[in-house]
Amino acid sequence: MTSQAAAMLQIYERRGLLSWLTTVDHKRIGILYILGAGLFALIGGLEALLIRTQLAVPNNRVLVGDAYNQVLTMHGTTMVFLVVMPVLAGLGNYVVPLMIGARDMAYPRLNAFGVWMFLLGGLFLNLSFLLGGAPNAGWFGYAPLTEKTFAPGAGIDFWILGLQLLGISSITSSINFVATILLLRAPGLTLNRLPLFAWTTLVTAFLILFAMPSISAALFLLFLDRHLGTHFFNPAAGGDPLLWQHLFWFFGHPEVYIMILPAMGIVSEVLPVFSRKPLFGYTAVAYSSVAIGFIGFTVWAHHMFAVGLPPVVNAFFSAASMLVAVPTAIKVFNWIGTLWGGSIRLRTPFLFAAAFVALFVIGGLSGLFLAAVPVDWQVTDTYFVVAHFHYTLFGGSMFAIVAGIYYWFPKITGRFLDERLGRLHFALQFIGFNLTFFPMHFLGLMGMPRRIYTYAPGLGWEGLNLLATVGAFVLALGFGVFLVNIARSLVAGAPAPADPWDGHTLEWLTASPPPPYNFERIPVVHSRRPAWDRKYTGNPHPRPAGAAVVPEAPEGNGPSGEGDAPAEPIHLPAPSPWPLVIAAGLTLFALGLVTHWAFLIPGLLLFAIGLARWAAEPLFPESSGAHSGT
Amino acid sequence: MVEIQRMGRRVLQGIGWALLGAGALAGCAARSPSVLAPVSPKGRAEAELFWFIVAITAAVFVLVEALLLYAIFRFRARDPQAIPPQIHGNNALEISWTTATALGLALIFAMTWRTMAATARPPSDALPVKVIGHQWWWEFQYPTLGITTANELVIPVGRAVRAEVTSKDVIHSFWVPQLGGKMDAIPGRENVLWLQADIEGVYYGQCAELCGISHANMRLRVRAVPAAEFDRWVEAQRAPATPPTDPLAQQGFQVFMGKACVGCHTIAGTKAQGQVGPDLTHVGSRSIIAGGLLENTPENLARWLDNPPAIKPGSLMPRLNLTPQEIQALVAYLSSLK
Repeated sequence: MTSQAAAMLQIYERRGLLSWLTTVDHKRIGILYILGAGLFALIGGLEALLIRTQLAVPNNRVLVGDAYNQVLTMHGTTMVFLVVMPVLAGLGNYVVPLMIGARDMAYPRLNAFGVWMFLLGGLFLNLSFLLGGAPNAGWFGYAPLTEKTFAPGAGIDFWILGLQLLGISSITSSINFVATILLLRAPGLTLNRLPLFAWTTLVTAFLILFAMPSISAALFLLFLDRHLGTHFFNPAAGGDPLLWQHLFWFFGHPEVYIMILPAMGIVSEVLPVFSRKPLFGYTAVAYSSVAIGFIGFTVWAHHMFAVGLPPVVNAFFSAASMLVAVPTAIKVFNWIGTLWGGSIRLRTPFLFAAAFVALFVIGGLSGLFLAAVPVDWQVTDTYFVVAHFHYTLFGGSMFAIVAGIYYWFPKITGRFLDERLGRLHFALQFIGFNLTFFPMHFLGLMGMPRRIYTYAPGLGWEGLNLLATVGAFVLALGFGVFLVNIARSLVAGAPAPADPWDGHTLEWLTASPPPPYNFERIPVVHSRRPAWDRKYTGNPHPRPAGAAVVPEAPEGNGPSGEGDAPAEPIHLPAPSPWPLVIAAGLTLFALGLVTHWAFLIPGLLLFAIGLARWAAEPLFPESSGAHSGT
Repeated sequence: MVEIQRMGRRVLQGIGWALLGAGALAGCAARSPSVLAPVSPKGRAEAELFWFIVAITAAVFVLVEALLLYAIFRFRARDPQAIPPQIHGNNALEISWTTATALGLALIFAMTWRTMAATARPPSDALPVKVIGHQWWWEFQYPTLGITTANELVIPVGRAVRAEVTSKDVIHSFWVPQLGGKMDAIPGRENVLWLQADIEGVYYGQCAELCGISHANMRLRVRAVPAAEFDRWVEAQRAPATPPTDPLAQQGFQVFMGKACVGCHTIAGTKAQGQVGPDLTHVGSRSIIAGGLLENTPENLARWLDNPPAIKPGSLMPRLNLTPQEIQALVAYLSSLK
């Protein structure tokens, strides 16, 4: 270890609140993302339970009218922007630099800014409950329901500005992922050897960069409509409500892939490791992610089949939406191919990853009904859609996220999550999930629309609604077991070695938890499974089929660090308070726009001071100013 | 040929229900405004396409889940140290499952296209009806017949109706599941939807797009009646309101004309010409009131008049602080408007 590294270590290994508030370490930032998303998941989950309680029986009075619409809107907004996206960003932050043999993200302070912007933006959105009412027009906020005439309160403004703050967070973190994954890979780690979780994180980052500006622009226009008297979405003055829908869904559908692709990446890591085989059809799986990314931008109007677009337009979006099922199916078949002939260990991460495949298939197949325009006319805006997207985003993304947490928890904390509690958690979550959401397919077909806070008896909807509510509480119990498992394991979990699962990728080559600098010497990569090859050199295995594959060079991957890059001075960025200061300034500024103008002044001041000090601060303390980029 | 198609449909439905495990649900669905119990050409075409996709997706579902479960149980590690053969992929397999998926999807798209072409527009001799969404009730105008009504749409059985759907305020969505798919009601736009009921009866519908506080309370009924009955109904609806004869109803007439009611409601043949709320000229002939929330009975009408927002949260009609006597009189008057 160099002396510089030792000096930096002292700073990095500090504990206490201040060290967390000023951290630029991608691992700590990843943990902050995950913890923040966990907190918001509790709120969003509570909101879901409120919704299911209200709908348990007809004409119920638990959550009525506007209160229901607020909870409904915040449940959707929270789960999308404050849970699934940030927890995936958090896992990406923690794992991707380790997986690709980097010491940190490309822009450590920008990274810190991103997490603070997420946490404060989420706090800002939820503050609306206390300051006059939460947004109430659904997570998709269709104009003109969101215009001042129909939504005079501050809720919609909290929603507009909250999403803008979160958008800033997503865009900065995406820039960071793109730069990190494209530029900071270990020697030998070509794109053709990139682990799938890094692949999907890269594609997702591009999706965010292209999709997010569309919703940012739409939100900006809506804000102008509400406060400066413009009429972008007001038909009475020549505006067009459909403009909002196009702008929203041009973001909103890629957003679906933003939430599922990294989850598919996690599954593509977990299934091979627990099958003790390489991923089947690596090239097909990697490039199908890219294909999903591209096609994902051509399907947005399938959310708008009932708005009266011309038949040819509907047909185009119908065909494109079906086309996206091809790369998706390719992935599913390759995952099954990965299991085939393997030596499968049924540990908890595997259970959740396999359940992902089983449930995501249902969500994908039910999506075909929505792509078929005439069927969509019937089932759109019904509980069939609620069932469909929960099978993709909960059965899909959330199961994969839980798989990822069980999988990387030993790496992050140095301790295992308990296997028996894990199985109980899995059983409850799997049963509860299906009880809650499978009946909703039938409710939709039986004519029950979405987003209604109540329904009359006698329409045949009572039994299945009650069943779904029971399921929701079973599901909640499952997450309760998960929390107990996490708490118990943090205190008394079995200690985990560096490589607890017999892993394939670079993160398993360093200690659990990893040192601040990740690797003393950056490993050199010769194959798609560098960690596996170090353990099993001499184990003869066939080379990948297919011409697109770069030949591997197994020699030189000895078990004890030979084959690593030569030792170099380790540069670690210095902690900085300014990312938090800037994020706080922007949040106060937004609060000033919605509540009282007096908040604008401290907001602007903090923002300006933070920006100036950030610019003047050297990135590496040992080199005054020479590396003071971001 | 028709026989074969019908048989094919039955087989598909049989397979579908069996695979959905929904035999028990069929009982529930019978009472429901189910999209799988269509009574219109458009609804039937949509349901047929649905069953076609069920047949294909169910087969894929069974295949994939069976392969997955088989792989998990068949290849479970018996020796924890065992290293299985390291297989990286198989190009022939990749090509075959990609092609198979693409072919299946092409088939679904072809059927989709066919159904779209068959159901996109109503026949040219259809009866035009203007469907206007309001927060939170439905207005129906028959431009060729000079009729305006609310919440309950009356149509002749077996005849195509051309619904021209729009909205006065926010976006709503007009949906009567058994008569076919929904159509959004968008302010500033007019969307055309083919409605038809081939079987006499009352069909439940409701707004399907989140439109504010009482979105859940924006319900409607379509009453499909034989042609002769429809003609009689049209005659009755075209007449101006009957002046009240009963003393209590006459008192109710005075209350109506003297209060805020006239600012929002129209009763043809009187000075009440408001355009905000439903036309009440023949309100007594409708089976439902209050955005379809309540059956039109004297008790329900009294409840509604006493405190509308308590029944329909956010209701534009405020609580008018009417005395019980005034309410009684109004109920008598409004009920007399057949």
